[in-house]
Amino acid sequence: MAEGPAPGEPKVETSPNIADEVKCTTCYMCACRCGIKVYLKDGTVRYIEGNRDHPVNKGVLCAKGSAGIMQHYSPARLRNPLMRVGPRGSGEFKEVSWDEALSTAAGWLGEVRARDPRKLAFFTGRDQSQALTGWWASQFGTPNYAAHGGFCSVNMAAAGLYTIGGSFWEFGEPDWSHTRYFLMFGVAEDHDSNPIKIGLGKLKQRGAKFVSVNPVRSGYSSIADEWIGIRPGTDGLLVFALIHELLHAGKIDLDYLVRYTNAPWLVIDDPGAADDGLFARDAEGHPLAWDRESDGPVDAALPDITPALSGAYTLPDGRKAVPSFNHLVERYSDSRYAPEAVADRVGIPAATIKRIAAELAQAAFEEEVVLDIPWTDWAGRRHDKMIGRPVAMHAMRGISAHSNGFHTCRAIHVLQLLLGSIDCPGGFRYKPPFPKPIPPGLKPAGHEDQIGPDKPLGGPPLGFPTGPEDLLIDPDGTPRRIDKAYSWEAPIAAHGMMHMVITNAAKRDPYAIDVLFMFMANMSWNSSMSVSSVLKSLTEMDPETGEYAIPKIIYSDAFFSEMIPYADLILPDTTYLERWDCISLLDRPICEADGPGDSIRQPVVDPDRNVRPFQDVLIDLGARIGLPGFTAEDGGAKYPGGYADYLVNHERAPGIGPLAGWRGAAGDSHGRGAPNPKQLEKYIENGCFWHMKMPESQRYFRHANKEYLDWAVSFGLIGHADQIVMQIYSEALQKFRLAARGHGERQPPERDRARVETYFDPLPIWYAPLEDAGIETEAFPLHAVTQRPMAMYHSWGSQNAWLRQIHGANRLYMNRETATRLGIGEDDWVWVTSAHGKVRGQVRLMDGVNANTVWTWNAIGKRAGAWNLAPDSPEATKGFLLNHLISELLPEREGGYRYSNSDPVTGQAAWYDLRVKVERVGPADAQRSAPALAALDRLPGLEPPPAISRFGEQFLDKPKGMGGRRGRT
Amino acid sequence: MHPAYSVLLFTTLSGAGYGLMILLCLFGVAGVISSDPVMGLLGFGFSFGLVTFGLMSSAFHLGHPERAWRAVTQWRSSWLSREGVLALITYVPAGLFAIGWITMGDTSGVWALFGVAAAVGAVLTVYCTGMIYQSLRTISQWHNDWVTPIYLLLAIATGALWFNALVLAFGEGRSLFTWLCVSVLSLGMVAKFGYWHSIDTGKALRTPGHATGLARLGTVRQWETAHTQANYVQREMGFQIARKHAHKLRVYALLAGFIVPLFLCLSVVAMEEGRAAAILAFLAAAVSMLGMLIERWLFFAEAQHVVTLYYGAESA
Amino acid sequence: MTSLPESSSGKKLGLVIDLDTCVGCQACAVSCKEWNTTGHTAPLTDQNPYGAEATGVWLNRIHSYEVSPGTHGSGGMTVNFPRSCLHCEEPECVTVCPTGASYKRAEDGIVLVNPDTCIGCKLCSWACPYGAREYDEDDGVMKKCTLCVDRIYNENLEPEDRQPACVRACPTGARHFGDLGDPESAVSTLVRERGGFDLMPGLGYRPVNKYLPPRERRVGADTELAALKPADTGPGAAGDRVFRWLDRALSR
Ligand SMILES: Nc1nc2c(c(=O)[nH]1)N[C@H]1C(S)=C(S)[C@@H](COP(=O)(O)OP(=O)(O)OC[C@H]3O[C@@H](n4cnc5c(=O)[nH]c(N)nc54)[C@H](O)[C@@H]3O)O[C@H]1N2
Ligand SMILES: Nc1nc2c(c(=O)[nH]1)N[C@H]1C(S)=C(S)[C@@H](COP(=O)(O)OP(=O)(O)OC[C@H]3O[C@@H](n4cnc5c(=O)[nH]c(N)nc54)[C@H](O)[C@@H]3O)O[C@H]1N2
Ligand code: SF4
Ligand code: SF4
Ligand code: SF4
Ligand code: SF4
Ligand code: SF4
Ligand SMILES: [Mo]
Repeated sequence: MAEGPAPGEPKVETSPNIADEVKCTTCYMCACRCGIKVYLKDGTVRYIEGNRDHPVNKGVLCAKGSAGIMQHYSPARLRNPLMRVGPRGSGEFKEVSWDEALSTAAGWLGEVRARDPRKLAFFTGRDQSQALTGWWASQFGTPNYAAHGGFCSVNMAAAGLYTIGGSFWEFGEPDWSHTRYFLMFGVAEDHDSNPIKIGLGKLKQRGAKFVSVNPVRSGYSSIADEWIGIRPGTDGLLVFALIHELLHAGKIDLDYLVRYTNAPWLVIDDPGAADDGLFARDAEGHPLAWDRESDGPVDAALPDITPALSGAYTLPDGRKAVPSFNHLVERYSDSRYAPEAVADRVGIPAATIKRIAAELAQAAFEEEVVLDIPWTDWAGRRHDKMIGRPVAMHAMRGISAHSNGFHTCRAIHVLQLLLGSIDCPGGFRYKPPFPKPIPPGLKPAGHEDQIGPDKPLGGPPLGFPTGPEDLLIDPDGTPRRIDKAYSWEAPIAAHGMMHMVITNAAKRDPYAIDVLFMFMANMSWNSSMSVSSVLKSLTEMDPETGEYAIPKIIYSDAFFSEMIPYADLILPDTTYLERWDCISLLDRPICEADGPGDSIRQPVVDPDRNVRPFQDVLIDLGARIGLPGFTAEDGGAKYPGGYADYLVNHERAPGIGPLAGWRGAAGDSHGRGAPNPKQLEKYIENGCFWHMKMPESQRYFRHANKEYLDWAVSFGLIGHADQIVMQIYSEALQKFRLAARGHGERQPPERDRARVETYFDPLPIWYAPLEDAGIETEAFPLHAVTQRPMAMYHSWGSQNAWLRQIHGANRLYMNRETATRLGIGEDDWVWVTSAHGKVRGQVRLMDGVNANTVWTWNAIGKRAGAWNLAPDSPEATKGFLLNHLISELLPEREGGYRYSNSDPVTGQAAWYDLRVKVERVGPADAQRSAPALAALDRLPGLEPPPAISRFGEQFLDKPKGMGGRRGRT
Repeated sequence: MHPAYSVLLFTTLSGAGYGLMILLCLFGVAGVISSDPVMGLLGFGFSFGLVTFGLMSSAFHLGHPERAWRAVTQWRSSWLSREGVLALITYVPAGLFAIGWITMGDTSGVWALFGVAAAVGAVLTVYCTGMIYQSLRTISQWHNDWVTPIYLLLAIATGALWFNALVLAFGEGRSLFTWLCVSVLSLGMVAKFGYWHSIDTGKALRTPGHATGLARLGTVRQWETAHTQANYVQREMGFQIARKHAHKLRVYALLAGFIVPLFLCLSVVAMEEGRAAAILAFLAAAVSMLGMLIERWLFFAEAQHVVTLYYGAESA
Repeated sequence: MTSLPESSSGKKLGLVIDLDTCVGCQACAVSCKEWNTTGHTAPLTDQNPYGAEATGVWLNRIHSYEVSPGTHGSGGMTVNFPRSCLHCEEPECVTVCPTGASYKRAEDGIVLVNPDTCIGCKLCSWACPYGAREYDEDDGVMKKCTLCVDRIYNENLEPEDRQPACVRACPTGARHFGDLGDPESAVSTLVRERGGFDLMPGLGYRPVNKYLPPRERRVGADTELAALKPADTGPGAAGDRVFRWLDRALSR
């Protein structure tokens, strides 16, 4: 309580009432899904704060979240549906009514569906409604669907799902409360950004050691106890060297391996045979282990057996077999993975690698965490304690944005397993709905018999292949999907390959499409790997038809992004504060390790423009073109109430819908239950989220925790309660490799054979980033990577009056010594040249960056005129986009074929494989960024932005004085 | 520090105005010059003009000129407020003294008291101006014992030059006055050298290590700026002139502010009284004003605020 | 009221900022901007918000510095450094103010600007060594951190929310708010335990806000001793020895 001002001091209003109303919803300034409270005064958004009760952010809010007001009132917001009238790229549009826009879209889509649904490519970007969009695509009947995962971090998602049944991303988290040693690879910000920050704060408080492996020492890495400034693309080698050390020292949790992993499973050793490298199985197909007690093969799933981890055994049928762990030991104990052997390549002294290995072993084995929590394992055995290895790891795009990321990520998971630190106290913890069976049982649909005119797709468009039979290819090996996902080029492209769609469609490789329908992806700018070639593809004409090679493009954005001028029909979306949304367990929910949860967005203000929520539009379009899931029996719309209606009433399986909370007619069941008409009200009452904490006994070892597994089945998260045995050795990969070796009905075409053989190793491997093989690395001696700025989200943030003051332009950061050697000084302008292009930017020197690496903040550079910014804004004159240097295709191979510049296993875009050289600009060169694409004209309907912003003034009690100044005298 | 033209104008013009006022008052009271009403009118008119124009220009530079009156309330702690109070107070005796002189031709008796009071007021006002800067511990080039004496000397020097031109124009010139100009200018120049020597050799006090408190961990260097767009603090406090420009400008300031006027003064001494001498004296005053503007500009431009340490400066 | 308050309550409200934990995320800077643009000295104007020279008033700014090789381990560190008003005990920003618009509250030591009486002479910003004052060109008055005086006592907010916006938002928990005049307060304890320090104490402004230094980086020494020893030093090739140690009975 204030005691009131001292005599002579002015009186300060210390208790202003700042809102008429406070509404909860979910932030969407990035995809982290934090809960927010929106303070509204006179119908205007006044203040946004983190919701203290929310499981994701627990009240905190990042810079972007607080700047939500400026995004919501951005002058770059689209105002009306637009139809292109000039040539593509000209930015000439006319404003049209929603009726016209929707009937046009429905016309285009309906026609395609009746003819060949594959001719629609529907790709959604940083979307949080994939449960809807994916289902819509399958109702439409096209396999050509994916979201942004393919260029984001699918190789890590896949590596996790094929190894531990969960993955990094925001699908798991370090046990922040118990870990003693936290090893982080290549993370600057991540999807789980607020939880990571909260967690790092906790670690610091507890005094746990935090090691960051990252070429750059900034952000999270700046507070690490130890920064390991690795050379990009070499983490796999580092991890192998750590494994090598642990193996030789015997610092391996063998009990964990035997209980929870496939380390003891017998692998058939019969070189040249069709089953070489597959697991030996019994008649029922159960994998076998070698029991030392009975000295014979046993069902590896049985409890209480004494399986061997090494040795060679002869099966009753005479085949030879060895435990998979034997292969692992053979490979990584080899001296080529000794610290000394990799030190130069990774840029870290051997002694440091050895010490880190010793520290890991120390933390894992000498500082084990014991929780007095009884639990029951999968075999029904009671344990009175939970014993954990307090070593946690996390990794993200520093690993995934390399073409060797799948294997590197698997290597990290294997290291975790060797230390026994998956889902144990102090280790890495799954967040529900994980762990899932390895890999999850879903298979991608798109085979010939699954597609037909006016017919839904015979399954979900995305899934997890376990062998060549699951690939979506024609008999001659031609990819069946436009992005070539699930083809020999990227067999486990589990999130699709959004980065290839435009390029492939324009080249009509593998075939032409009619309609490209995109949502929330700035594909002509920062999510394209190569801006120039994507712009070329978007505007390419088919000389035969005189039409665009991609004839029709429908795009939904909320703002005037760089992509807008390249679409034919624009469906303007609302801002995140103006719509219903759902962060569903069927997609990327808000679960914590301690329990599942999901959340919604509710409209907290009404749109003041002629815009509609995209999800409403999609549901409306579904009804207009008569998609089965969106049409009622009478032929009318099934969800006339739009997305809100769908959220409540849609059932994916009986009793399972988009939202898990408050189901059932009475609203008292969670997970499963009949639709509850009052469900959204319940969410709103609860702050727009639902969350439950699992009993303590279910919080660890969930891959083998009976109570948890039973609960997960009852809740609909998994199909059966069998133990989820973690896969150090991946049989699925071996199946592809066998095909490449000439076995089975489906074999890769000659061109792909060696590639598949090499990259489908059942144990993690390391290879140099693929771009290195195609270019003269001496000519491009430096690695170039990007980092996410914490206060900016991709390209959206620059329209934000506040955030752009923090990041209005980006520099090229260089190691001080390297720069000096190249004659480059602070603030110099330089040309950065790759094998594919060049950009000009300004340098900033630093010590905390690997000597062979340059980097910049991602997506700060903008095209002049976009986002309704003044064309001479620093984003356009000083900012530059590294994507001008990248290529979506690798250099030509023999036969002229150009592979996608992606991870060969998963199709993950290899943004950070980039190699460059850096030179000071010549004296005649302009000191501004290049390339400078022609400025975009302001879009019809947009107002010139204000010259001054006095946001907040409207809430003052006192009126404004003259001359732009407050008359408060 | 960013040299704001209103402040440069204010300090140079009002300085000269007060200098002129001081001399008019003192020599008037002492009866060394005649109390010619026209000369009084011109002299005081010019002096008040300079002072008032200076004050106005500084007031218009305020964010809220209409509230300027508030500035006189905090004389207990604020040199700026004291300056304002004294400036206002000084108008009264100076005005009365001028009235006595111009209307009655009387500069003695009670009028003399006003004259002395006005001279004291003017000295104190300029002293306060100097102290506004000298009291700031944040700027080592200002927090320097030479600063206030220089403000005073330069005010008197420029005032003396105008005074000299005035009396010469009215045929009342004396070599005493010119010698006064010469000596004050010389003192001013010596003081300025002393000042420059002091700021050039006084080693930079602080580094980013001090500013951040991290010095004991090693050498601290700015890496990432807090924001890519310059803010008020950088615009106001971040302005710094390059050494070689500063050197050039010092030469100009010396030439225009001191050497040329000195040379002109010495020519005046050498000359018979008359028109030519008056013109030369006027020239000396005008040139020195230009020099003072350069000097004042440099006074800002060479001053480095400690806050720059947070924004990339290596020392301050 | 430019002279400093004579009788002070002994209460010294302020912030403690942990440089060991701050990741430089700018969350505190933006939440500060957001709260205060509608708060006590609203608005915090932005000039050319969508133009070439966008510049606005912010009360909290986050810098990053590199410290190159010192005594703290592997060749240097990066330190993120939030900077706002330190609510000094001897603030010359207050004493130089000619109008009394700048004042230090007797009851809690918060240094404020009265936007109704400030004439915008900028002198206080010259007097502040810490760059904590930003002039609002449009509004014609000086603005600065209010220590969220309109939050910390705000009865319309829930008690847990009565803390500065920046503290409330900080995701890593690097910012702490409390009474540094009370030696028993949580913030005072933290300062004692972690060796909290003043910025440029030599200037004599006696900041109330304290900074906690980065902790000693625990980078182990790369020595023979620090490396793992082979589990099996018996005869045979290294690879074989690995197989030997792992050849033991393990129950599933
Ligand atoms: N060089 C380099 N390039 C990269 C990366 C990198 O690290 N380095 N990272 C890659 C990765 S991982 C990703 S995920 C991509 C991200 O790249 P993009 O997916 O292009 O992401 P954004 O820039 O966020 O753009 C998405 C679009 O969504 C629009 N939008 C924002 N809010 C809404 C809304 O509410 N509704 C609708 N309909 N639209 C909205 C924005 O205006 C913008 O046009 O970038 C990739 N590109
Ligand atoms: N504020 C903000 N948050 C975001 C986003 C955003 O744009 N802004 N985008 C979201 C999206 S779409 C994504 S995918 C996530 C990604 O989140 P992050 O994974 O944090 O992505 P990046 O910023 O690309 O960080 C990659 C880090 O890896 C490092 N690195 C690069 N190459 C290597 C390497 O070879 N080895 C190692 N060890 N490190 C390397 C880089 O220096 C960088 O620090 O962030 C999400 N969160
Ligand atoms: S991390 Fe920030 S931007 Fe992302 S959802 Fe959370 S508060 Fe919003
Ligand atoms: S930090 Fe600056 S503005 Fe704040 S009290 Fe101290 S001197 Fe004044
Ligand atoms: S700008 Fe305002 S608060 Fe600062 S010194 Fe001048 S009148 Fe006082
Ligand atoms: S205390 Fe309030 S005004 Fe001060 S920096 Fe924090 S948020 Fe800004
Ligand atoms: S919010 Fe916290 S972690 Fe982020 S910059 Fe501010 S003090 Fe540092
Ligand atoms: Mo991403």
